[in-house]
Amino acid sequence: MAAKRSEGVGRGRAQPWQRMSSTAAATPPRLAPLASLGSLVDPPLKGEGFAGRGAPLVRGQEEARTQPMTPRLELRNISKRYPGVLANDDISLAIMPGEIHAVLGENGAGKSTLMKIIYGAAQADSGEIYCDGKLIQDHNPAVSRALGVEMVYQHFALFESVTVAENIALCLRGPFDRRALSSRIVELSQRYGMPIDPARKVHELSVGERQRVEIVRCLLQNPKLLILDEPTSVLTPQAVSKLFETLRQLAAEGCSILYISHKLDEVQQLCDSATVLRNGRVTGTAKPKETTSLELARMMVGSNLPHMNVTPSNLSDGPVLEVRDLSAESRSHHGVNLRDVSFEVFGGEIVGIAGVSGNGQAELISLLSGERTHKRVEAIRIGGKDAGRLHANARRRLGMTFVPEERLGRGAVPSHTLWENALLTGNRAGLVRSGFVDRGRAVAFAKNIIERFGVKANGPEAAAQSLSGGNLQKYIVGREIVLAPKLLLVSQPTWGVDVGAAAFIRQTLVDLSRAGAAVLVVSEELDELFEICDRLLVICQGRVSPPLMRAETNREEVGLLMTRLGTATSEKSGLALQD
Amino acid sequence: MRYRIERRPEPSALMRVAAPAIATLLTIIVGSVFFAVLGYDPLATLNAFFVEPVSSLNGLSELLLKASPLILIACGLAVGFRANVWNIGAEGQLIIGAIAACGVGLFYPDPESFLLLPLMLIAGAVAGMAWAAIPAFLRARMNTNEILVTLMLTYIATLLLSWLVHGPWRDPAGFNYPQTALLPGAAMFEPFDYSYRLNSSIFITVIAVVAMWLFADRSFLGYKLSVSGAAPLAARYAGFRESSAVWTGLLAGGAAAGLAGMAELSGPLGQLSPQISPGYGFAAIIVAFVGRLNAFGIVLGGLLLSLLFLGGEAVQMSLGLPSALTRIFQGILLFFLLAADFFIFYRLRRLAEHA
Repeated sequence: MAAKRSEGVGRGRAQPWQRMSSTAAATPPRLAPLASLGSLVDPPLKGEGFAGRGAPLVRGQEEARTQPMTPRLELRNISKRYPGVLANDDISLAIMPGEIHAVLGENGAGKSTLMKIIYGAAQADSGEIYCDGKLIQDHNPAVSRALGVEMVYQHFALFESVTVAENIALCLRGPFDRRALSSRIVELSQRYGMPIDPARKVHELSVGERQRVEIVRCLLQNPKLLILDEPTSVLTPQAVSKLFETLRQLAAEGCSILYISHKLDEVQQLCDSATVLRNGRVTGTAKPKETTSLELARMMVGSNLPHMNVTPSNLSDGPVLEVRDLSAESRSHHGVNLRDVSFEVFGGEIVGIAGVSGNGQAELISLLSGERTHKRVEAIRIGGKDAGRLHANARRRLGMTFVPEERLGRGAVPSHTLWENALLTGNRAGLVRSGFVDRGRAVAFAKNIIERFGVKANGPEAAAQSLSGGNLQKYIVGREIVLAPKLLLVSQPTWGVDVGAAAFIRQTLVDLSRAGAAVLVVSEELDELFEICDRLLVICQGRVSPPLMRAETNREEVGLLMTRLGTATSEKSGLALQD
Repeated sequence: MRYRIERRPEPSALMRVAAPAIATLLTIIVGSVFFAVLGYDPLATLNAFFVEPVSSLNGLSELLLKASPLILIACGLAVGFRANVWNIGAEGQLIIGAIAACGVGLFYPDPESFLLLPLMLIAGAVAGMAWAAIPAFLRARMNTNEILVTLMLTYIATLLLSWLVHGPWRDPAGFNYPQTALLPGAAMFEPFDYSYRLNSSIFITVIAVVAMWLFADRSFLGYKLSVSGAAPLAARYAGFRESSAVWTGLLAGGAAAGLAGMAELSGPLGQLSPQISPGYGFAAIIVAFVGRLNAFGIVLGGLLLSLLFLGGEAVQMSLGLPSALTRIFQGILLFFLLAADFFIFYRLRRLAEHA
């Protein structure tokens, strides 16, 4: 153990950038997005879970070790029902000490529910959980923590206005010495190569650093099993490889890691074994390093992947959207100010804005959509007309439509029916006559969207909140596209959307642009942007990079811009982001 | 055995119908026990509370007379409540409406003119709207809290009324009572029958209910307001102005309350005095919510609350129940109504025992 520790410190201190680039070069760019695998899917695969189902297989693989070991954690026949869905259906799996085990599945496959059950934050309706061979009874998070099970949630639970050390102290039981705690934090974070300063306030930290705080908080408890729920969704490619090193080091020291993800390439890089879920059931187990991404994808999706069709673009003469020297203070306390943002989007192309979340995307998109106005009227021009001071409604009259990242509560009213939600932006498409709503037309309008975009819903009378995330997103995208926009703004088009629906939405965006519309996509998924965009912009610390042609750039260049654009002006944050 | 409350996937249609019946039944059971324990005959008390007040023509007239302003004001308030605009100062807007209407009625040069009543009607509505425009302006421009402003303006209105009837508008021939002179005949609504107090101002309420239904259920403006209330970010996303929701919501409430004040003045009262409303402006808030902010629900809610008022007075007079008891009983009924409503959207589910 002692030897490993010193080694760990040494590794943590290696020059990060050098090591990173070599890692990146050594790893073959198997980063093709899921949906683009479609072209490879032609040879049909027989059978579903080629490795069979259930836990015994994972155990079999572990027999290679010196002695038969008790699993650190074993689930037997876990089922959980929520109103209307069977979230987990008879799930069994086992994790050995020191193993990195992936739970792989699409959004909505039941991964998060399963993790909550393991951690004790939710109770299974039936089934048993064993920790080190002992049955856990009356499960709750306190029991988990007593057993050495710690969890890093997808959405962090940190208090922004106090320091790192204070946040961590909040989770400790019993009295503590703040100075000793701070030095423990420094020591631990150094040892695992993810330095954080315990005296800094959380709101000053980047998302990646906040995640480190969460991880260090767990490590302080000397966990035997660490659960990470989609830990990379907010990280740059470089930060992801840093995180993986930390996790490998932890596993080498005997800590089991349960890694939840829907990203195949990450699971293949990191994990020893994987349990694949679909619709709440185990559809297969595998050793990801020995399995092709195609096979894994088939287990996840259960059918052939859709094929993307991106034809060359044909640009309009003038830009449809022009942004000139747009600067704006953020309205939220911890937001990011926009500084001198300039770019253009032409008809017939898709322009993507890449960046780690919280770098000014929310501010930019609300200024472009007209939810917020700008006092310089010429800072934003739509279809050649000055639009800075126009409200959302007036901008829509110029041919703009917008798909926001929050579906419930922003893109749709949760308690309203689908036809009522059609009125939200479709009101100028003849659905309102002399001040009164034409219900017949609104229902027909909604029905058309439901049919044309394959929305799974209980008809136009279904409440928006009764739809799954992916179906509601299809409905909102459909509504904005049926309005035949000249300019479509889309924020996070496929967040929380399953692979099939995501591919459909992306294809719809491509088709719209090829029909002559200008499309601007803001996304944190680099894969997605590389798949559909003609040009890419990178946003960091409220600044936007010059455009990069998709064909002439690569993920590494974009990844560097995602972290470095702001360093010239904001030294503190720049430093924080580099390590 | 363990139970859990969970949200229904869809609101239950059965419970929507059954909820009021269940609530009534529970109220009768609990109320009977309550009266019996205190030594009153439950059957006689319930009879005096609910049946006797409406078993005569005069009783029915009184029921509608009291329900009318409640329903009218609740319709106006519901427009705002649907948009999350919380006007709780309808009482003040009612008083100001009554003052303005009374001013026109007293000082219009031709007291016989057939224009007098319509002019008073307009004055009442406009004054109520003007009073509500103050919080609307402050909220839309300076983001002040309309709950506080509307409430505080109610106290100002009450004091203004008190000053007028004690001072400049006091009837010189009124033996120093704090009240104005009686309004001329042309300034009064005609009762349907001179034995009863119910008068034609009830048609204003009927029109308001229909208008409210059209507005909330059919009009695009009503739709925009409901979006502002249910999801403010969606309203901003769609480009519906928040300020227009604030103005519409408050002005509708102000107009309805002002009209109600005018109708009280030109109906049963006939003159201004410090007590022109027994709290209609506040009770209408309950009516709006018991009626689920829906036009026809509000009608039923208004009738119910009016019956509770009448029944409460009746049992105090006929059986000598203390007024506190009648209020507790009213509270029990409202409690069960709202509690039963809860099960339209939620249900109890039995959890499986752990093996």
